Amino acid sequence: MSLVSYDFLAFFAIAALLYYLVPGRFQWMLLLAVSILFYAGGGAVYLLYPLATAVSTWFLALRIGKADSVSKAYIQEHKPDKEQKKAYQTHIRKRKKRLMIAGILLNFGILAVLKYTDFFLQNLNLLIPLAGEDGSVWQAGWLLPLGISYYTFQTMGYLIDVFRGRYKPEKNLVRFMLFVTYFPQMTSGPISRFDLLREELFRKHAFDGTQFTFGLWRILWGFFKKLVIADRIAPAVAMITSSPETYDGMYVLLGMLGYTLRLYADFSGCMDIVIGTSQCFGIRLPENFQRPFGAKNLSELWRRWHMTLTGWFREYVFFPVSTSRFCRAVSHLAGKAGLKTLSKKLPVYTANLIVWFVTGIWHGAAWNFVLWGLANGIVMMVSQEFAELYRGFHRRFPKADGSVYGAFQKVRTGLLFSVLLMFQYYSFGTVFAMLGSLITTGRLSQLYDGRFAELGLAGADLAVLAAGLILMLAVSVLQESGSVRKRLAERPLVLRYTAVFLLFAAILVTGCYGRGYDASRFIYNQF
Amino acid sequence: MRWKKPVCVLLLAAAGAAVIAGLQRLVEPKYMGLVVEGNFTSEYYEETTPHDVIFLGNCEVYENISPIVLWREFGITSYIRGNAQQLIAQSYYLLEDTLAYETPAAVVFNVSAMQQFEQDNESYNRMTMDGMRWSSSKWNAIRATRMEDEHIIEYIFPILRFHSRFKELEPDDLKYFMGSGKVAHNGYYLRADVRPAGDLPVERRRSDYSFDPRCWEYLEKIRTLCEQNGIRLVLMKAPSLYPAWYDQWEVQIEEYAAEHDLTYVNCLEVSDDIGIDFSTDTYDAGLHMNVYGAEKMARYWGPILLEIPGVEDRRGTVSGAARGYKAGIGLDTVWQEKCDFYDRMKASQEEEFARLGYIKQFYIQ
Repeated sequence: MSLVSYDFLAFFAIAALLYYLVPGRFQWMLLLAVSILFYAGGGAVYLLYPLATAVSTWFLALRIGKADSVSKAYIQEHKPDKEQKKAYQTHIRKRKKRLMIAGILLNFGILAVLKYTDFFLQNLNLLIPLAGEDGSVWQAGWLLPLGISYYTFQTMGYLIDVFRGRYKPEKNLVRFMLFVTYFPQMTSGPISRFDLLREELFRKHAFDGTQFTFGLWRILWGFFKKLVIADRIAPAVAMITSSPETYDGMYVLLGMLGYTLRLYADFSGCMDIVIGTSQCFGIRLPENFQRPFGAKNLSELWRRWHMTLTGWFREYVFFPVSTSRFCRAVSHLAGKAGLKTLSKKLPVYTANLIVWFVTGIWHGAAWNFVLWGLANGIVMMVSQEFAELYRGFHRRFPKADGSVYGAFQKVRTGLLFSVLLMFQYYSFGTVFAMLGSLITTGRLSQLYDGRFAELGLAGADLAVLAAGLILMLAVSVLQESGSVRKRLAERPLVLRYTAVFLLFAAILVTGCYGRGYDASRFIYNQF
Repeated sequence: MRWKKPVCVLLLAAAGAAVIAGLQRLVEPKYMGLVVEGNFTSEYYEETTPHDVIFLGNCEVYENISPIVLWREFGITSYIRGNAQQLIAQSYYLLEDTLAYETPAAVVFNVSAMQQFEQDNESYNRMTMDGMRWSSSKWNAIRATRMEDEHIIEYIFPILRFHSRFKELEPDDLKYFMGSGKVAHNGYYLRADVRPAGDLPVERRRSDYSFDPRCWEYLEKIRTLCEQNGIRLVLMKAPSLYPAWYDQWEVQIEEYAAEHDLTYVNCLEVSDDIGIDFSTDTYDAGLHMNVYGAEKMARYWGPILLEIPGVEDRRGTVSGAARGYKAGIGLDTVWQEKCDFYDRMKASQEEEFARLGYIKQFYIQ
């Protein structure tokens, strides 16, 4: 069921009504029931995947937790000496590790097989002629269960946390299933942590009019971003980015900016709907965006964009890899060889490249996504290398830290982010060819040469788009000094009603929904 | 002052609803230009007197017979509840809807709708059903005939369907904001231009000539509904040369009519008796009659209809009792207005066609 559909609105209204009608102790059970119904809407058979993940992870985490209890009990009972205790703990840790690895292999294995089989086979098909053979292997064409990346990452985060002893495993399978399948976040994230979400999911929630209203406002804002901005610009962006032979020069810039805006409005709009929906149930979910285009460098932008995913990679990939035995050994070797600076940076850079490789392939099972990921990683590493130079520049010109330079940094970062995104929709060679075309042939007059008219954006569309972007920018600026909704709530009734009504009317009239439009999917649903 | 906030909220809600209603009216198509059919269904509810005969069907009905001539020459009160590509299920529910207001003596159903049960263009559904007043009949009509990607909520709130028209609003949208003018003559679509029948596409052979079982089901429902209400059902095939009406279809309808003792007239077979001249009586090369052909059809059908008990020459009388109408209204006065409107439009179109060779309203450049 799409979050942008009449069905979802009806589903949400009924679920919210029932949620506040049932006694508090049954609320989480109701949530589980509606979550399963929500997921089954896309085909009951696909429920097997999250259920398999939930059951396997719950069981393995429980075994890991049990190993800890057994270990403690053994030590208390037998009071072993230091050596024996250490040996026993190592033995237990190995057992726990085996359980964790089994869980990771199983669940990431399901994800990898479903998501990357075709990618693997495509590459195999490329290699067959090189080996002097004819023919090609079949393509699997398997359908990806909705939100598989999100619930897999979330549950694996849980398993690793239990392994690390960060919190105790959940004993109740049914409760754990709600953590895995909680419907607002299941299809597009955000990726939550069990210890934080548990508190929210399983406590009683009395109806809170303010929270409910705030949730509805946020949903409305999400619909605005998705239906008025993202889906309006989407067809034109798709035309530009899929036809580099037609749309070169100035259109490269147009496509670049349009692609970024569309991606942001689509994904952050989706998050607004998800988090707003959850807020209506009294359940807070982690934020996924924090005004990313206010960032002054790429690293900062990535700390503000898809925050729960980047956080997950930092926590469960970057830190373990950078502190791994392998990285330590390589670093040690480099140190011994007299490469002191390199030995310090090697573990970080290795982990960085691995994280960005995984980030790339997570976003799409294709080499251009891998390149996009690695390009981000390399730019950040290069930027890191120049850090001392920047600091020197600012020491020399302290006034360059003013607001104008700050604005320049934000624009530069946004542009850099957009340029790197070109790797997602162009092939490697085309990226450079198109950038070359922009620099050498890009002229404003190209926008009047008839190609723009073919993009399907009428004057009314451009006016709506401009107004929508200004509103989105204004809200973003206002958010810097606190919650816009809180401030709106403090205004007189007539004023806040008018503001919300205007937003609603704008979506109703200018939104891209219904016949002739396909607003049924969010970009980030496909992971 | 505890009442102040609830009253304020209610007032704001009412104001919001009014604005949304206004926006909805603004973006809804007004059907006052090239396409006028979208107004046909709703015009029925403006009637002030009941009718002895109701015609049901698609364009083969609303373009092919003139109720004004039926009145003027035979005193028959009639109304056409037809629309573009009106499906048989829609005809059934429109009949059900009609029976909420009046019980005619006869229903004439055009059988060409038996060819197709499902709609292939959503705009036809909208033109037929948007104008229906809300009732269980409308609800059921939508449920029975909506296309796969049509939602009932878009019929309840048409703004959800037509919102994207904000980009193509025309002066007519403001001009007819408060209500569209009358476009039909008791459901009849008047065209006074002439385009002789020419070469029509060759009849294609079909692998299966049987009608969709669902069409039979609804024909049976129409027949039963008529029977239950003491209405005489008459079947008609209008004199449209295209789309083809196959002999195999003809046989099936003849058998059905014989089985249920229904009158069935295939106007294609009696077109000479009707006096149709396909070089002068059609405005679109034989697909539909123009006003001259429709008037000939009315003259042919008048005597047939007058033979049905309850269908009478009502000239010089007052309207009888009916659920949706007041009794005792002088029919001559009511119909004189209709005749005047008809004559004015016919004369205007004839003048325009003589002068330009086409009618501006319906001219596609």
